[in-house]
Amino acid sequence: MTRLALIFGLLISSVIPAFAQPAQTTPAGALPQLRYGGALSSGAPYTFRDPGDPNKIIGFEVDIMNTLAERLGYRPVFVNNDWASLIPGLDTGLYDLVINGLEITSAHQAAADFSIPYYITFGQIVIRRGDPPLDNLAALKGKRVGTLQASQMEYVLRAAGNIDVRVYDEEIDVYSDLKLGRLDASVMDFPIAVYYAKPDRALEFTGDPIGRIEYGIALKKGAHPELLANINSALSTMLADGTMHRILDRWALWTQMMAQATGDARSMLAQPIDYDRFVEATEPTTWRGQLERYMRFLPQLGWAAVATVQISVMSMVLAVAFGVVLALCRVYGGVVLDRIAQVYIEAIRGTPLLIQLLFIYYGLPKIGLQLDPYVAGVLALGLNYAAYEAENYRAGLLAIPRHQMEAAIALNMTERQSLRYVVIPQAARIVVPPTTNDFISLLKDSSLVSVISLVELTKTYELLSTTYYDYFGTGLLVGAIYLLLGLPFVRLARWAERHLSRGMTRASS
Amino acid sequence: MQPIVRVEGIHKSFDKTPILKGVSFQIEEGDLVSLIGPSGCGKSTLLRCLNGLEVLDSGRVEICGVAMERKPNVPAGPLADIAHKLRRNVGMVFQTFNLFPHKTLIQNVMLAPMVVKGVARDEAAAMAEKLLKKVGLGEQVDRYPLNLSGGQQQRGAIARALAMAPKVMLYDEPTSALDPIVVDEVLDVMKELDREGMTQIVVTHEMRFARDASDYIVFMDKGEIIEISDEDEIFQNPKDPRTRQFLHRFL
Repeated sequence: MTRLALIFGLLISSVIPAFAQPAQTTPAGALPQLRYGGALSSGAPYTFRDPGDPNKIIGFEVDIMNTLAERLGYRPVFVNNDWASLIPGLDTGLYDLVINGLEITSAHQAAADFSIPYYITFGQIVIRRGDPPLDNLAALKGKRVGTLQASQMEYVLRAAGNIDVRVYDEEIDVYSDLKLGRLDASVMDFPIAVYYAKPDRALEFTGDPIGRIEYGIALKKGAHPELLANINSALSTMLADGTMHRILDRWALWTQMMAQATGDARSMLAQPIDYDRFVEATEPTTWRGQLERYMRFLPQLGWAAVATVQISVMSMVLAVAFGVVLALCRVYGGVVLDRIAQVYIEAIRGTPLLIQLLFIYYGLPKIGLQLDPYVAGVLALGLNYAAYEAENYRAGLLAIPRHQMEAAIALNMTERQSLRYVVIPQAARIVVPPTTNDFISLLKDSSLVSVISLVELTKTYELLSTTYYDYFGTGLLVGAIYLLLGLPFVRLARWAERHLSRGMTRASS
Repeated sequence: MQPIVRVEGIHKSFDKTPILKGVSFQIEEGDLVSLIGPSGCGKSTLLRCLNGLEVLDSGRVEICGVAMERKPNVPAGPLADIAHKLRRNVGMVFQTFNLFPHKTLIQNVMLAPMVVKGVARDEAAAMAEKLLKKVGLGEQVDRYPLNLSGGQQQRGAIARALAMAPKVMLYDEPTSALDPIVVDEVLDVMKELDREGMTQIVVTHEMRFARDASDYIVFMDKGEIIEISDEDEIFQNPKDPRTRQFLHRFL
């Protein structure tokens, strides 16, 4: 067991760097870090992977952050997380602040401290080109309207009443369902519409601006009043001196509301170069261009595959080791240990893995146990799978005739020696196939760790496919990678089974 | 001569059904004793009580000076340690052989000496080879149990027990699962051990062997010893009517 623990520790320490975020736009220097959280998937124009070079992270918020950090004397470091987990990530210390289109609403303000607005915008109605125009909220009544889950627009649409509101996690899915006729209209924040609907010839803008949306920078509640004050004064300066206007112009995002709020009536201070680049890079391309695009994905997918394998293997090592202990407790542990193991197994099997993962990473800090995302991910997956492994191994142990144990005992072995040398080696052969099965399943379940900010294969699929609106080709590519990852383990398992079966079939003598 | 096995008043029940109702006997060193009786008479249970595979309810078992004693209604806890100590001198052979299927014949014989006594691999291998040769399996040492006949497996199981250098050997119906034509090869090994002075207790239905090889015979019925007799006497002139009835068809 000690040897196992050592190997486990070594693997963990060798593995963590694979999850480190790529180097940021600012070169490393003596400046202190300022880590900012955001969600990359379908993140244009906020914070997203550059479609022209998926290794780069760009966006109008990245530009704001870089300026802000420079003025405050920090080195900005981006940390990716799921959009719904952005505020919980503040509490676990994953990053110092969030700048990712978080609306300053009373619900958000109850969970985090907010800066003054850095951007003010509105909801934009989008319909299929050629459909009858819809003027305002009232015109949406009785229609199927798509928007983003947990966004301010969702709240506005629901409050209007009689609208069939459909919510989504990814903005491109809303527009794609609109085009497919699954929706009649969509209402999302103006920047989203500018980037994902305006360049699309099948869609068009319609109606009046809906509501008023203010984006603010979120910080952990009550934790950094000084930093918050500094951010506010730096933002005020950027709004007043035209810096913000210039950034927003480059991204084609300057609004009437911004002009009113800043009193800056000048029309355009900079060309929309970033917007033009985005539109150009995401334009539908020939199959040759598509192929080149996939080639560009490969390094990123390669790293993601490594991350997936690492987290799966580590989790499986933990699951097997702990599963063996649980199974031994159940079969040979006596009443008390059997009972404890049984309760553990039932509790783990009876609750969703996703909840366990969120609980360990975002819940445990409430009682003072704060874990690295990698450790939390391995722990959650490993402890969960241990419950399933334990039942496999219990079945394996029970399949070995009692006589085997008796024969060993009669040879003056202790119960422990009998288990180790006689029963467990025979049971191991039986449990190889179900354990392989579980490992393949774990390889895929490991995608859940994206909710605690780890980037692995499925997350990368999401990022790439939402960057280029290409679920199809990217999906085939990533599916193939998963298959390839599983195959060596299947072969390894076949070999192990053969190896352990020596003597168990008449032909093998 | 001091008895090597001394059994006094063993009681054992399963689910409140008494199986052994106060069994006592003594065996002297070098004796080969056959334990016979109708099915369900408790002879196998008695044998398993001798090396602690079954925990006695009450009574006393002493083998080679190691005494395992239990008063009625006393927890069995401490008995486990004593049983382990007692088994040092006691080997056992089962009806179903119970060789370890994941190990070759020689590995089966080497395992316990290496694990329990810490014997070095080379030494264990040399000893195992010698024992397997002795039971006539010198050619089969690297075979897996599944590729051996029943008789070969049972002789291997005897070699495996002998590797722990026991002073007393227990056999629980060692030939019942065997083809009639290979029964003798197993019984011959036991006769050979008898000549070498091994103390052996055999639960058996093999009346011919009981009569030919035993120093004496213990007849049990319904959890009690009915008769302990010389092998010739019990077959020719059983004292108890129950013995007479049981042996009737063998006479």
